[in-house]
Amino acid sequence: MVELAETPALNHVKDAEGIVVKPKAEVQDLSFYYGAFQALKNINMPIADKRVTALIGPSGCGKSTFLRCFNRMHDLYPGNHYQGKIVLQPDNTNILGSKVDPIEVRMRISMVFQKPNPFPKSIYENVAYGLRVRGSRSKRALDDKVEEALRGAALWDEVKHRLNDLAFNLSGGQQQRLCIARALATDPEIMLFDEPTSALDPIATASIEELISELKSKVTILIVTHNMQQAARVSDFTAFMYIGELIEFGVTNNLFVTPAKKQTEDYITGRFG
Amino acid sequence: MNSPAQIMNEDFSLPVSSRLAFRFSRHIRERIIEFILLLAASIAVLTTLAIVVILVYESLPFFQHVSLKDFLTDTQWTPLFDDAHYGIMPLVAGTLVTTGVALSVAIPLGTIIAIYLSEFASHKVRETVKPFLELLGAVPTIVFGYFALVFVTPLLQSTILPNLPGFNMLSAGLVMGVMIIPYVSSLSEDAMHAVPMHMREASYAMGATRFQTAFRVVTPAAFSGIAAAYILGISRAMGETMVVAVAAGMQANMTWNPMEPAETMTAYIVQVSLGDLPHGSIGYQTIFAVGLTLILMTLVFNIMGFLLTRRFRERY
Repeated sequence: MVELAETPALNHVKDAEGIVVKPKAEVQDLSFYYGAFQALKNINMPIADKRVTALIGPSGCGKSTFLRCFNRMHDLYPGNHYQGKIVLQPDNTNILGSKVDPIEVRMRISMVFQKPNPFPKSIYENVAYGLRVRGSRSKRALDDKVEEALRGAALWDEVKHRLNDLAFNLSGGQQQRLCIARALATDPEIMLFDEPTSALDPIATASIEELISELKSKVTILIVTHNMQQAARVSDFTAFMYIGELIEFGVTNNLFVTPAKKQTEDYITGRFG
Repeated sequence: MNSPAQIMNEDFSLPVSSRLAFRFSRHIRERIIEFILLLAASIAVLTTLAIVVILVYESLPFFQHVSLKDFLTDTQWTPLFDDAHYGIMPLVAGTLVTTGVALSVAIPLGTIIAIYLSEFASHKVRETVKPFLELLGAVPTIVFGYFALVFVTPLLQSTILPNLPGFNMLSAGLVMGVMIIPYVSSLSEDAMHAVPMHMREASYAMGATRFQTAFRVVTPAAFSGIAAAYILGISRAMGETMVVAVAAGMQANMTWNPMEPAETMTAYIVQVSLGDLPHGSIGYQTIFAVGLTLILMTLVFNIMGFLLTRRFRERY
């Protein structure tokens, strides 16, 4: 049987150096249901501000489901419902609340998907999309933002001469960096990464990982990965999930070196999953 | 037939050197099947080719009698009169006007219906509306023709266009437009439905609304399929016969005004082939020349559509 997770302190997380980090979001008693099936069970954990938090666990453990709660992606499909709260700071608002518009949530919390999914548009228009749907019209402002986002995603030098090319002409790794630029262009507060490198080769993976490490100075990052080495490389905090429950949450190094729970240890040592 | 196990057994009874030997009986069987499949596939191609060949062959005598220049530039089409003129333009104009009216109904409505059904309607609404739409395509065209003649024309006359003649291209075109809505909407909807969900998710994740997602992402992504739907609609409208024959009139009339009666190419072919013109007469040969022109026009639209869809082919 799965032991109940100890509730991590939500309002003061200490990082690896012992510095207290204020949370960007607090997940409180979060449960999620696909119809009658309960996919997430009573999750409590903080999301540290301007740090990388990794979600690990075997396939089907609910880590992607959990991630997709943060931008209310589940609202797109009928029959899904949330219980509990994700309180976004500093405004102290529960983004799962029924009065909160999911579109407003997605304006502040952007997402990069597992498979690179650029739009069938030019490189420029892909990055400008989020700004355009927000009603941005000024060509100069768009140009500046697009360049800034492409630089932020370490793609500018490769594409600056062909911004009007179709995004599909880029390689897989470039497409994923384009998707990161797209998600970055709107100045999100949190960026969600759903196994962003699982469709990429090792070199492209390394560049994405490097990018994630650079981005955390600006934005809070939540990343789902089934690659434990990746979690160890890029994240400050790690949450281990199993069958919809949060088993253990802690500073990445501690979780990997001295896991508190038997299940965590079994998973990270490769005994299952 | 040999089961795989039998073949294996045989194989092991053979000397090692011949185990991988070329098997003639299997090879010939494969080739026969391949040939039958090829034959089935070539029927469509061969029929099209045969039609074109026959049309060209049969219209050759016509073009010996009438110069190509007269055929294309004369603005009168009176092949059955004593003072015979053989200018195809009045028939082409009739065809293009009725087609234009039909498309101005079918393309906007068909596209909007497709966007609604694919992106906005609930599953239940979609499953209810789609069969009704497809039913619209199953109504015999002669019914649409009479509907245009005895309902739409009087309706237009009694409301906004009191001077509309009893036969006119406007009502024929409007009704034809409604008739081809299912072709446009059904294919467009299929194309939009085929846009993968991850594309929509990417748009929603950027904070886009349903409307923005439908118009800025899904529609452009499905564009080549939507264009194919339009091309099919154009071909249907140009080739449509009964509606225009019944409601637009059978008098060749050089006009671009939809509020006048005119004859289309198809209506002319019906008129002549039902008449009692002697086989081999010049009047009889005209229908092959007209048929050839019609085929060439649809061909041109199809090629344009093909180039267009290839130019904007979606890749996702």
